[in-house]
Amino acid sequence: MTQLALVIDLNVCVGCHACVTSCKQWNTSGAAGPMFDDNPYGRDPTGTFFNRVQTFEVGEFPCTETVHFPKSCLHCEDAPCVPVCPTGASYKRKEDGIVLVDYDKCIGCKYCSWACPYGARELDEHQKVMKKCTLCVDRIYDETIPEDRRKPACVISCPTSARLFGDVHDPDSEVSIAIRENGGYQLMPEWGTKPANHYLPRRKTKMHIHEDELTRADNPLRKEDIRHETSRETTLDDWLM
Amino acid sequence: MHPAFSVIFLTTLIGAGQGLFFALFASQSYAMVHVLPAHDGGFYAGGAFIALLFMLGGLAAAVFHLGKPSYMFTRAWRGMSQWRTSWLSRELIAMPLVMALFFAYIVVQYFGIDADLYGWGLPGQLSLTVGIAAAVASLGLFLSTAMIYAAIKFLQEWASPLTVVNFFLLGTASGFTLATAYAASQGAADLVPFYGAWAVALTVAGFLTRAASLIRNARIKRKSTVQTAIGVRHTRVEQKSMGMMGGSYNTREYFHGRTAAFLRAVKWIFLVLAFPVPVLLLWAGLATGDGGVLLLAFAVQYLGLLFERWFFFAQANHPQNLYYQVVG
Ligand code: SF4
Ligand code: SF4
Repeated sequence: MTQLALVIDLNVCVGCHACVTSCKQWNTSGAAGPMFDDNPYGRDPTGTFFNRVQTFEVGEFPCTETVHFPKSCLHCEDAPCVPVCPTGASYKRKEDGIVLVDYDKCIGCKYCSWACPYGARELDEHQKVMKKCTLCVDRIYDETIPEDRRKPACVISCPTSARLFGDVHDPDSEVSIAIRENGGYQLMPEWGTKPANHYLPRRKTKMHIHEDELTRADNPLRKEDIRHETSRETTLDDWLM
Repeated sequence: MHPAFSVIFLTTLIGAGQGLFFALFASQSYAMVHVLPAHDGGFYAGGAFIALLFMLGGLAAAVFHLGKPSYMFTRAWRGMSQWRTSWLSRELIAMPLVMALFFAYIVVQYFGIDADLYGWGLPGQLSLTVGIAAAVASLGLFLSTAMIYAAIKFLQEWASPLTVVNFFLLGTASGFTLATAYAASQGAADLVPFYGAWAVALTVAGFLTRAASLIRNARIKRKSTVQTAIGVRHTRVEQKSMGMMGGSYNTREYFHGRTAAFLRAVKWIFLVLAFPVPVLLLWAGLATGDGGVLLLAFAVQYLGLLFERWFFFAQANHPQNLYYQVVG
């Protein structure tokens, strides 16, 4: 079985919103029709987005750390949003695990969005159907696109390569290795949704210096004058010990 | 959650309609075993017609809950397809079924159609059968409506059997109050005490279970926190930006947008309007036999239930709100 997913490295994300804009650009231009945008240059711009970058502050000043946190549909393996849909418009693809909405079946009842604990679904207020991240399903299988670019728009646009894309069920994929070796985790594990997308935590590169490392116990300058008696059979060790 | 008037009217109207039907049907079956005086088919048909009107009102409200009202004709039929997994789909099946059975009951009662189905030699066997079917379907509808909310486990205020009990008791209470007023208006004075006593009993029971859910909800321990939401283990994690300035579906759909004081006020309004006031009015109406007071009892109780439903939605705190704390 295949489960396509994103792995987002919070250690690398700089919060530039390139994934947000490239996502909007790709998905508003597709066959499914535009994602609405009201007052894009006005006072209260609002519209449908599949992906957002949020910012959190961890700790208390002066020991704070800024965490930029991109959030989109996590393509949960046990997606609570799918079984609640009365029309079958929401579904999870067997072949690759992508959770999708069939815009032609959706009645805009919003029930699926209530059933997603992550707030990953948005009702398009012009088309009146539910929308969410499609993992660029209209891009990743498009054979007219060069093979190395058959990835979600957000992954390609990320200037720091904070976003990885692949099959989390294949233990040898780039994403599985990243999750396994870099402590990848899921959001809100308490609800048993088993999100396919994972996040890699902030990681610190630290050097440990002990007190005795600051003053060299074996300072050669101090040892300089300590000489062993020389013998006739002089060896190199006599000078080193 | 943001309370939507379409759903507030839908759930309260169909609750009252189903309750009214239960009242009529209970009195009909009691009359068949001579516990209550019998009435002619016109009485039951008229009452069931009012129940059907309430159901139609609920249906009309539901149409406005859809993305576009036109989806009602073009797409809503598909909503019946996922009954294996979706309580909403089950509701979409139960609702027209209940309405069809109410309609059948009206026809059978109004035209006095009957058949000796069970060989008892008694009249009313056909209407009894249709009524039982309608009552069972109606129980199913109550269950599906409430389970739509109770089944979302992370909406912790709703995820409780109390949600189902409350929907049932509050719906039937208002329906029995309406039945009391209906019986008084039809000159069926011999049924008024029966309906009225049940209306009081159901209202009191509903008060107890609704109070129980208020107490339960006041001491909910949240399973999700901002720490589990972003997966950072620190006692102090604060949002600085939700990633946009002008708001989105996420900030409109899941927040009631009112102050805590407003919420508290609504709570006290419904606690007064939906329970003690109708009980007092019912008591006064039963004592004086004044149909106008009984109708007022229903009107006040229904108004109270509108506030109750508004509060029910507003109180529910969706975990996605953890991601939308600060505009920044
Ligand atoms: S993140 Fe939300 S919308 Fe996406 S699959 Fe999970 S529950 Fe469904
Ligand atoms: S809004 Fe659309 S996709 Fe979501 S539950 Fe309703 S019909 Fe299904």
